[in-house]
Amino acid sequence: MSEILLDVQRLSHVFKLGKYAVIKAVDDVSFQMKKGEIFGLVGESGSGKSTVARCIMNVYKPAAGKILYNGIDVCDSRAFRKHRKMLESSRQIIFQDSTSSLNQRMTVEKIIAEPMSIHHIKPPRGSLRAEAEFQLSYVGMDSSYLDKYPTELSGGQRQRVAIARALSMEPELLVADEPVASLDVSIQAQIINLLRHCNEQHGCSILFIAHDLSMVEYLCNRVGVMYHGKLVEVAPTAALYANPQHPYTKALLSAIPVPDPIAERNRSHIDFDETAFDREGTMVEIAPGHWVLRKEDSQ
Amino acid sequence: MEELLKIENLTVGIASPAGKVQAVRDVSLELHPGEVLAIVGESGCGKSILCKTIMKLLPKSAKIEGGKIIANGVDITDYADKDMRRLRGKLFSMIFQDPMTALNPTIPIGKQIAEAIAIHEPKLSKEKVYNRVIELMELVGIKQPHERYKLYPYNFSGGMRQRSVMAIALAANPKILLADEPTTALDVTIQAQILDLLRQIQTKLGTATILVSHDLGVVARCADRVAIMYAGRIVEIGTAEEVYYDPRHPYTWGLMQSLPALNKGAKELKTIPGMPPTLIDPPKGDAFACRNEYALEIDYLEQPPMFRITDTHYAATWLLDPRAPKIDSPMGGMGHV
Ligand SMILES: Nc1ncnc2c1ncn2[C@@H]1O[C@H](COP(=O)(O)OP(=O)(O)OP(=O)(O)O)[C@@H](O)[C@H]1O
Ligand SMILES: Nc1ncnc2c1ncn2[C@@H]1O[C@H](COP(=O)(O)OP(=O)(O)OP(=O)(O)O)[C@@H](O)[C@H]1O
Ligand code: SF4
Ligand SMILES: [Mg+2]
Ligand SMILES: [Mg+2]
Repeated sequence: MSEILLDVQRLSHVFKLGKYAVIKAVDDVSFQMKKGEIFGLVGESGSGKSTVARCIMNVYKPAAGKILYNGIDVCDSRAFRKHRKMLESSRQIIFQDSTSSLNQRMTVEKIIAEPMSIHHIKPPRGSLRAEAEFQLSYVGMDSSYLDKYPTELSGGQRQRVAIARALSMEPELLVADEPVASLDVSIQAQIINLLRHCNEQHGCSILFIAHDLSMVEYLCNRVGVMYHGKLVEVAPTAALYANPQHPYTKALLSAIPVPDPIAERNRSHIDFDETAFDREGTMVEIAPGHWVLRKEDSQ
Repeated sequence: MEELLKIENLTVGIASPAGKVQAVRDVSLELHPGEVLAIVGESGCGKSILCKTIMKLLPKSAKIEGGKIIANGVDITDYADKDMRRLRGKLFSMIFQDPMTALNPTIPIGKQIAEAIAIHEPKLSKEKVYNRVIELMELVGIKQPHERYKLYPYNFSGGMRQRSVMAIALAANPKILLADEPTTALDVTIQAQILDLLRQIQTKLGTATILVSHDLGVVARCADRVAIMYAGRIVEIGTAEEVYYDPRHPYTWGLMQSLPALNKGAKELKTIPGMPPTLIDPPKGDAFACRNEYALEIDYLEQPPMFRITDTHYAATWLLDPRAPKIDSPMGGMGHV
């Protein structure tokens, strides 16, 4: 058995909506990531994917549940303090909204080199500027961007700066929340190849959150599907795409747009009736490694 | 058909410390009522700046250096912000790429939609405005609209923020909608719903849409025509069928070949070698030449004109010159998947 890097156990998180209502943004979600794995998290927008990511990265303190990273309970503040340095440098996140996550007052060079200078890492390429330039070239931008500010960049350029910053730390776990959505397909391909390279060469494990299901199919080893705060299905990628079980997964996979105008215009989608969604139930293993949320007594 | 929007040889430069960024270079296009024109292209090639130029929302450092923008028959190239204010919302509306910057973080979502309605219909009673807000929120698929009316943007997921932005953009039934990556933040089922919604609004109100998107699947679903942009220029334009089934520009080939759908099982996705040029000092000739394995000598020297392939299909590549060597498209036509 390969080693477990990340163990998310019965994670729940709620947000208050005004005085009375609360949103169960994440509701009893469990999954594990092995070392060296690329795990895809897909699902409805608003289903809680980013909240899961933020809990894993200690941005939010979960309402319930446990998150073990290399066996350390990151939500336990004592354990967190004790391992803080390691946790902050070996886990990196690319936020979904790169614009608001980049410091508007810093140049591209400073943004990319900041994690290295915070952690007093000696730049392998001599200077922090050389390091920033090197990382930037890997995301397809040249040194002319080093002195620009985020507002002078296009949406996709900002996103690439965020990616370069995260990768500069050579993280053991990279949480990538929609890292390529704002990029054109050719640069997407370049970044995806880069993520795969980091994964294969440096054993970097990746939690890859995305709406582009064909990209997820291409990149990920296993995939989890979320709906309304629940994890409804987890399976090895090929099994999930070939044989989706949960009705929401079926609807989701049927809606993947294909780059073919005539086929796309004439295609109808499987609808998923929201009212038919049953939050109760447990994860049932229907084939090796293929889990689906089901009521015990059904079938 | 009379065009709603006509852009002629538009050129836009942005001053920056390192020099002038030529973000939009000699762009011409027309937009007809009821159609969706998609703009696809390299990140940083000028798509957002093009939209912002039309809306007159350019940063202060940017300037229209040449060309014309004609909206509904009126030349608005030199309109000042004050003149534009009358047109924004009613004639044009824009959905921004980054929903967070389009929304005011300190005002509840419902109130922001209400404000957009009130600007255009100041006489509407409070109650009617509220009902219209709820209607718009439902239209764009925000569930529990009454409860969510009072929430702030940061309480919303990425997808829901984008739907709120849609609701604001649609508040005054605009004639021209500029949608910059409107569905990238959404899951594919909602994406499909919103695109279908765009389509419906299109047919119902005759709205014309410029849709900026990277997602060639999304574009396939709803575009009538497609323009491919590279380094500030339109390099290919045609009906969706023409561009997908018979692409002519090597950059278009490169884009289509990068799709994961065409790389199933491959160890690496195919990419276009090299980097896009910086727009500060764009190369002479065809800006794509140095990344183009089919480049001819002339590509490095002279900017290719738009060659006509059909009445609707044009591409700017010297490969279409009658004197150029015949090259078969590496796509072999994508065919129907
Ligand atoms: N800070 C917050 N305050 C209140 N509610 C929030 C907050 N952040 C998220 N939510 C709510 O929690 C739920 C989950 O949001 P989350 O951002 O995790 O979804 P997501 O799966 O990442 O969606 P998307 O694909 O659209 O990014 C949503 O209903 C959202 O409205
Ligand atoms: N305020 C600014 N000052 C200087 N340069 C700018 C400014 N805004 C944009 N640019 C530059 O202008 C070019 C065009 O930017 P634009 O935002 O239009 O790109 P885009 O095609 O929308 O890209 P994306 O798909 O990544 O959003 C980019 O190279 C960008 O770096
Ligand atoms: S993963 Fe690749 S690009 Fe990143 S640091 Fe290692 S060798 Fe360089
Ligand atoms: Mg999210
Ligand atoms: Mg843009």
